[in-house]
Amino acid sequence: MAIHNIESMQLIENIVLDASKDAVVIDGVSKIFKKSQPLVRLPWKEYKEVKREVHAVDNVTMTVKRREIMGILGANGSGKSTLIRMLSTLLIPDTGHLSIFGYDVVKDEAMVQKLINRVSVEASFFKKLSPMENLIYAARLYNMRGSEARAKIRSILSRLGIPEDRVGQPLENMSRGMQQKVAIARAFLTAPIVLLLDEPTTGLDPRSKIDVQAFVEELREVHDATILITTHDMDEAEALCDRVAIIDKGRIMAIGTVEELKLAVTERMERTTPVTMNEVFMHYTVAHQITDAEIERYGSWEKAFEALEAQKEDEQE
Amino acid sequence: MSSLLHQGRASYAFFERNWNLTKRYWAWEIVWVVYNIVNAMAVTYIGAAAGLITKSKVDTDYLIMYLLIGTAVWSYLSVTFEGVTDMITIERWEGTIEHTFMAPISRFTHLIGSCWYAVAHGLLFTIIQLIVVGLFFHLDLSHANYLTAIFMLLAGSISFIGFGIGAAVLPLLFTERGSQMSYIVRAVLLLVSGVYYPIEVLPPWMQPLAKISPATYVLEGLRAGILRGQVIWSAEIWSYTWPLIVTGIISIPLSVYIFRIAERYAKRTGRLKRNG
Repeated sequence: MAIHNIESMQLIENIVLDASKDAVVIDGVSKIFKKSQPLVRLPWKEYKEVKREVHAVDNVTMTVKRREIMGILGANGSGKSTLIRMLSTLLIPDTGHLSIFGYDVVKDEAMVQKLINRVSVEASFFKKLSPMENLIYAARLYNMRGSEARAKIRSILSRLGIPEDRVGQPLENMSRGMQQKVAIARAFLTAPIVLLLDEPTTGLDPRSKIDVQAFVEELREVHDATILITTHDMDEAEALCDRVAIIDKGRIMAIGTVEELKLAVTERMERTTPVTMNEVFMHYTVAHQITDAEIERYGSWEKAFEALEAQKEDEQE
Repeated sequence: MSSLLHQGRASYAFFERNWNLTKRYWAWEIVWVVYNIVNAMAVTYIGAAAGLITKSKVDTDYLIMYLLIGTAVWSYLSVTFEGVTDMITIERWEGTIEHTFMAPISRFTHLIGSCWYAVAHGLLFTIIQLIVVGLFFHLDLSHANYLTAIFMLLAGSISFIGFGIGAAVLPLLFTERGSQMSYIVRAVLLLVSGVYYPIEVLPPWMQPLAKISPATYVLEGLRAGILRGQVIWSAEIWSYTWPLIVTGIISIPLSVYIFRIAERYAKRTGRLKRNG
């Protein structure tokens, strides 16, 4: 059965997708980064011994159904972005397979690229160029006609709250939040069948977050899109996602609906009142690593958590 | 047909983007033109002063023209080569490299799309430079065949694009200093090609390299066109043109292939990311 009602026709008009298949399949995927060592070691200089291998993603298996909004929650450096990069054809996994509607991300790279788009955490643009110039460039790469693209760009930017008079001004003069909205507009412009959002609302004000969330939902409703979103924002995950996966040190720690995860943690903690999503996240990620001694040392559980996060980031550098 | 139209649109996207960037960085463009002109003048005045330096009678007009052609090729190769290697460097700097590499276009379209703007850009720069530097010297250009000169630059561009794509592998793999490494490729090409001198003055072991360098044939073709007024269809110009065509036919697909291998390596090791 082919999926209908997709507007990015020019790009995918000859592609037939099997709607009975899962939109995204991640099967036993691992990715290890090796850190390079200095070619020459000077005998009189001390070198800090660093861990040579980083297991960014460790044997991850999960599926995302068509039209599902799947959230991936994890702390900094937990492997969320690496997973998104692999799905985006930007990284090749060391082991395992990833596919989008049955097309292998590595073997059928060209086909997969027609089906996806991605918003990264940093708004990456030619900063001297205007939003219009940047988005026209992106639109042409995705086979859109100039006139059609211009009209669509104005409409999307207007909906995301970018004033008309800023559309032609260099992006370097815009705030980070505004730049991020333009990045989101770039992904929406091509109406992808699978949209990969890597912390898309980080740095946005609450109103803009709501705008973006509404747009994400609309993309699903109108274009039948499947959405994979990584986030730190538990409220966002709760409001937007049909299911969430919690990832820590590259491994999936839990997966399910928000209600299922809350129920599981509530029962495990033997609580009488339901836990919050924050507590669920802490339970599956770092809570088990924080000892009473560390809480005493740092003054509170939150401070101990921050210290642990900082320590993890240092180790990854 | 639809796919061809898509690749055509994408190719134009690179041209349009680069043109927009040129407009926004207009001050830098002026600096670069002035720098090239001053550089060319500094070299050309060596020709004007040859008689004074050697205390002997020298045909300075011929020498000035000879050097002027060398400076033109140096500028042209620099601007086109930089345009090609910059397609990776600038994108890495701006952080857009991942978006371009995940776009549904062939790598050939990506690379060639960036190159044809570099060729147009380089041609414009070189013509401006030749006109301005020429104004400082009273040169007899009545025998010059400008059509042949432009033809030789364009014919040479095919090979320069091939070599440029090959050099673009360096900024792809070496995230911090890859762009600077590509300067070596350009400088060696010009050194072995006799940019300001006949290749016969090079050490014997270096001279065979001149035979495989496209810049050698561009320089000889330009000298034949400007100094001796040779027409495009002459046997002499053809003797410089066919090696350029052959080099281009080999170097472009070979470089795109090497680039694809480098891209796979970058995707395995995570080097497409801005910060390595």
